[in-house]
Amino acid sequence: MCFILAAGVWNAPYRNFSSKLASVPMMFIAMFAFIGCSLWTIAFSFSDAQSFPIFRNFVGLYNYRVKLFADSVWWTACINAVIYLVLVTTIEFILGFLIAVFMDQKVRAEGVFRTIYLYPFALSFIVTGHVWAWIMSPEYGLEKSVRNMGWTSFTFDWITDPNRSIYAVVIAGIWQGTGLVMALMLAGLRGVDEEVWKAARVDGIPKWRTYLQIVLPMMRPVMITTFVIVASGCVRVYDIVVALTDGGPGTSSKVPAQYVYQYLFQGGLARGLAASTMMLLASAVILIPWIYVEFVKGKQTR
Amino acid sequence: MSTAQHIEPQGPRPHGWFEWERFVVYAFLILTSLYFLLPLYIVLITSTKNLEEIAQGNLFVPSLHPTFAPWYRAWFEICTGLECKGIHPNFMNSVIITVPSVIVSIAVAITTGYALNNWPFRFSEGFFTILIIGSFVPYQVMLFPMVLLTKNMGIYSTLYAVIFVHTVFGLPILTLLFRNYFASLPVELFKAARVDGAGFWRILFQVFLPMSVPMLTVAVILQVTGIWNDFLFGVVFAGLQNYPMTVKLNNIFTSTMGVKEYNVEMAATMLTGAVPLLIYFLSGRYFVRGIAAGAVKG
Repeated sequence: MCFILAAGVWNAPYRNFSSKLASVPMMFIAMFAFIGCSLWTIAFSFSDAQSFPIFRNFVGLYNYRVKLFADSVWWTACINAVIYLVLVTTIEFILGFLIAVFMDQKVRAEGVFRTIYLYPFALSFIVTGHVWAWIMSPEYGLEKSVRNMGWTSFTFDWITDPNRSIYAVVIAGIWQGTGLVMALMLAGLRGVDEEVWKAARVDGIPKWRTYLQIVLPMMRPVMITTFVIVASGCVRVYDIVVALTDGGPGTSSKVPAQYVYQYLFQGGLARGLAASTMMLLASAVILIPWIYVEFVKGKQTR
Repeated sequence: MSTAQHIEPQGPRPHGWFEWERFVVYAFLILTSLYFLLPLYIVLITSTKNLEEIAQGNLFVPSLHPTFAPWYRAWFEICTGLECKGIHPNFMNSVIITVPSVIVSIAVAITTGYALNNWPFRFSEGFFTILIIGSFVPYQVMLFPMVLLTKNMGIYSTLYAVIFVHTVFGLPILTLLFRNYFASLPVELFKAARVDGAGFWRILFQVFLPMSVPMLTVAVILQVTGIWNDFLFGVVFAGLQNYPMTVKLNNIFTSTMGVKEYNVEMAATMLTGAVPLLIYFLSGRYFVRGIAAGAVKG
């Protein structure tokens, strides 16, 4: 519409000049910060840069094959990220959906419950991490309290157990993120047409089956968006691990973002860049189907 | 009168004061909310205990003699390394980082969102799509080039760098927020202003800005909590003297000098979480609207 209004008054490059001027920061950020910086990282991951970012030699996949993939710590970090992603998304989805369904039963004090479920999400991951580190500390936390109550063989030492430390991170992550999943799902539930419910009731379908077989499939768009949000958050999980276990004991709960940070700023730059390129790849795997559905397929059907 | 017998009963079925279904619903909700509430409770009571009580290890039992001394120590006295000024200088740093970041990023986003929605030009949607997809990319991918960029700008290791980075990475989601909001306003408003001869900036300031107060509230809440809670950018870009509260808090826990004062550490944790919590409890539904949009950034 504004094209028509402006046509003939301005020549093409000057048409909408103010709008273009106002969009300069956006163009700058899109081109330089997002595309430029990502390309820079990818390009330099094929270099032999150590601590200074000078592109001396192209070394091909050396940083990937010889440095990154041969490092067991990197694989620990990757496996941890996968464990975290699978457990956090699964449990948050189940718990978040259940809470949303129960919240949808016209309960009293819905606002109070919502406030309780969501407040962890307002907190910093650093705060969450340290709070849970305190609760799970074997010396002073849950383990000792339960033992004091008389159950003397009770053990809950996940944060100091190399085999279980990543599960301690999962517990804290779920605590922080479930409220968000619940809020998004609840919004999705409220978006379901009332007629659907009436029809199901007329057909005599029990409530739980209506939720599972009719409402849940209808919420697919909400589910996909929520999944992309939660999963891409899991790929870049960082602060909460730093605060809770700092990757320990040893390197048992390290995640890729920590690995990247370590090599970017403490020597071995190219290896760090190679690792961050792998993180980019991981989030691309999650994002590309979503982008396809959202932007490509969505435009066709419209 | 015979037809009256065929009328179906209407309204909810009358029931007694106790129903199994209701009971299960509330039991589930109360039990799950305990899991969410417990950590807050534990941190609050730990921060008001003294060290002897903590050593006894009764996590769930509140102190018999609650004291706010740990809170005072956390604010003014607790040490990281050789520096013993508490967390209050870093509270100030967080404020100095947050206020300009919020103002600049929202000002840029509101203008961009308005331009995108009402004055589209060639490729404007393309740039925007890049921006949105970019906001899902892990920060680690762009971290080092951003360090170089801020170094070249001469602002690395200063508060300006942190403000700059927060503005850059805050833009996508805020722009999306405002673009969608402006798209929901009646287009006649814009047309009428155009017919009356108002230009790009005048329509923005006199028509759209006054109407965007609800979205501004959402954006401010989203940005204040987001920037306040940030750790990565603070630790990378701020420099030793300018660490925000989250970075300082983490350093309090990792510095190993002297006796570990768990109560003071928990008080510092509460103090760091206090600002976003306060905003959350005061803003209610605006916060919920904000996180739905801002979750992308998390």
